[in-house]
Amino acid sequence: MNLNELGARIIVYFGSSGKFFLSESTCYAIILAVILAVVGIWLGSNLQAVPKGKQVLVELFVGWIYKFTEENLGKEFARSFAPYFGTLILWLVCANSLGLIGIRPITADVSITAGLAALSFVLIQYNAIRHLGIGGRLSEMRDPFSFMIIMDIISDLTFPVTLALRLFGNIFGGMIVVDLWLNLMSTISATFCPVPILRCVTVIPLNLFFDMFEPVIQGYIFTVLTAINLRRGMEGTSPETLERRRKSKEKRLAKHQAKQLEQAG
Amino acid sequence: MGLIAIGAGICMGLAALGVGIGQGIVANGAMHGMSRQPEIMGKLLVNMILAMAIMETALVFGLIISIILLGKM
Repeated sequence: MNLNELGARIIVYFGSSGKFFLSESTCYAIILAVILAVVGIWLGSNLQAVPKGKQVLVELFVGWIYKFTEENLGKEFARSFAPYFGTLILWLVCANSLGLIGIRPITADVSITAGLAALSFVLIQYNAIRHLGIGGRLSEMRDPFSFMIIMDIISDLTFPVTLALRLFGNIFGGMIVVDLWLNLMSTISATFCPVPILRCVTVIPLNLFFDMFEPVIQGYIFTVLTAINLRRGMEGTSPETLERRRKSKEKRLAKHQAKQLEQAG
Repeated sequence: MGLIAIGAGICMGLAALGVGIGQGIVANGAMHGMSRQPEIMGKLLVNMILAMAIMETALVFGLIISIILLGKM
């Protein structure tokens, strides 16, 4: 088995060095984004007060996205982040299930999922710092106790790695299983027929699981984890910790004053 | 070379063993919850699938490692 055969094919090279190139997944990702944007503009045009036809479907999805964001992020931020999460989940579900039409799934490429995870990471850190300020962010990171800051830094840094590898591994594994099954079927049918006839129907159960069920679950998980971490980042220090810190500060001040009084007297 | 193949097999097998046990425990808890309170079944089901998929990450790491090992053969 050659690892190089498992990666995405490279379509376009830029320059003569061969270091800059566009792979299959990048091209499909751009094409899919354009298609989704065009379909979205078409679906969002010509809206009426009484929904009819395509508008019913769209309203169902948009309403679900707003409800989902409100559940995970709280009322305060739901309106501003719902469009991002809607785009993310729609694109991910479509990108994961491209195996259905015989194209290599876009997210079966670790560069694409790493890019998405980096996007999530930047979104979370930027919004946490913008919302709480750097001091608030640091105070939130050492939430119950000060030494917890190490754990928080580690978990914040590993979050994008696990996010990327989870999506990549699941879709990539599914793709390999479907490919292996297709190869097996063509080998078996080659024994009695020149046309690989067994490949046509037997793969449908695998497609149902790896190209329809798994993509929806993985897209949902990616979105939900981003939302949960965003909320955790923006929430700030818990009231109990703030109360405890205030009390210990007061105690320290009182002790200090008592000492000063003692020295004066 | 044979050792690499054995290593890849063991890696996948142990990962599947741990994840299987963990997912069994999650399913156990979810089933208990569902039988006690059938009205929150939908919510429990979503959370159960979410927890299971997060757990599956370990299995996927095992899969990636064994694929890398097979590539070294």
